[in-house]
Amino acid sequence: MISIIITVLGVVMILAAFLAIRTKNLLAAIISAGVISLLASVIYLMLAAPDVAMTEAAIGSGLTTIIFIFTLKKIRKGDLND
Amino acid sequence: MIFALILGFLLLIIGIYGMLTQKNLIKIIIGFSIVDTGTHIIIVSIGYIRGKTAPIIDSGVDLKNAVNAVVDPIPSALVLTAIVIGLAVTALMLSFVIKLYQKNKSLSIDDYQELKW
Amino acid sequence: MIKRIFILLAILGLILMFLPFLRDFEFHQELGELSSQYVEGSVNDLNSQNVVTAVIVTYRGLDTLGEVTVLFLATAGVGFLLRKKKTSLKSRGSSELLQTGSQFLFVLIILTGIYIFTHGHLTPGGGFQGGVLITTAFLLLILADTNLKFNHKILLFVESISGAFYVIIGLFGVLLIGMNSFLDPAILPLGNFGKLLSAGAIPLIYSLIGLKVGSELTTIIDKMGGE
Repeated sequence: MISIIITVLGVVMILAAFLAIRTKNLLAAIISAGVISLLASVIYLMLAAPDVAMTEAAIGSGLTTIIFIFTLKKIRKGDLND
Repeated sequence: MIFALILGFLLLIIGIYGMLTQKNLIKIIIGFSIVDTGTHIIIVSIGYIRGKTAPIIDSGVDLKNAVNAVVDPIPSALVLTAIVIGLAVTALMLSFVIKLYQKNKSLSIDDYQELKW
Repeated sequence: MIKRIFILLAILGLILMFLPFLRDFEFHQELGELSSQYVEGSVNDLNSQNVVTAVIVTYRGLDTLGEVTVLFLATAGVGFLLRKKKTSLKSRGSSELLQTGSQFLFVLIILTGIYIFTHGHLTPGGGFQGGVLITTAFLLLILADTNLKFNHKILLFVESISGAFYVIIGLFGVLLIGMNSFLDPAILPLGNFGKLLSAGAIPLIYSLIGLKVGSELTTIIDKMGGE
């Protein structure tokens, strides 16, 4: 049962990783990276590591995504000013 | 769990491929964060033991026989701190990107050739 | 073109490096010697339910001190790179509804964070997770109110006080117990297994780590998100 869940999640994660690398849209790439981290936290829960799952869910999908988006906002704002 | 191990290696390879091929600085940092996630999955899956529970000894686990009931706690402890450090390092790299963009108005790595030979 | 071939060669080399590891890898059937020692010590000596917390705070406490130092250095780097110029640009503030709602949620999220890092030795979670939750509470305030100004003196004070007390508690172990017991939690009474006030100094140390991580990550978020 665990291996089926991990396989399905793994296929989605690898597709999201390809999307994050190949797409031209920076915002879509950032969101895909966040999706990879969120699914990784489910995998940590399956692997009996709830501490790591909590940390990854809060940091990987929450704070890292928001830091990337803040950076994008700063860069776009510089574009508008010039 | 061999599937998680293979998944971790695939993510690591995809991330390194992205870091090598992409020109955009933010895309390179996204590749770095994918490599980060892949490495963490590899380390956690090495500590997994089939049929055992999380290393928290509460009422569901026999106190006398705790050693035979839980998975390895050391990989969890290592990955836990590594994730937090990864966030701080990503923030540091992104602030370098912001500084470079303010100076040269470009995100392409081809425009930064001071150290190229 | 030649570059692409080199990249493909590098990826192929990487795969060739990993394949023997995957082929010969054997999963453990039971815990190794060191892990068994940690689990038994955590149950019998330290009275800590969560073995991961015991490993992070006590057995690998010096490592955690180093990691917190790395976190501090990265925060200092972000703060140095993104110095703020003195501008008093006031944009139109957000609506009253948004501000009141976010302040209501702020208190609840902070309380959850404090619950998580004080119960680090009983349930999953601990200083790092609680600190991150506190950071998300401040993130909510930043997103809801565009004209928000943090009091950096308080953040700096909390960060430096918690870091200093972390080292001081570690030195108490050397002072009270013996030369090689830096960060030993047995300086406080160990209590009963499974109670909140147990496991010696582990809840105290993990709360200090939580405050330190929370204030440092809040500084990072504020520097990155500020105008």
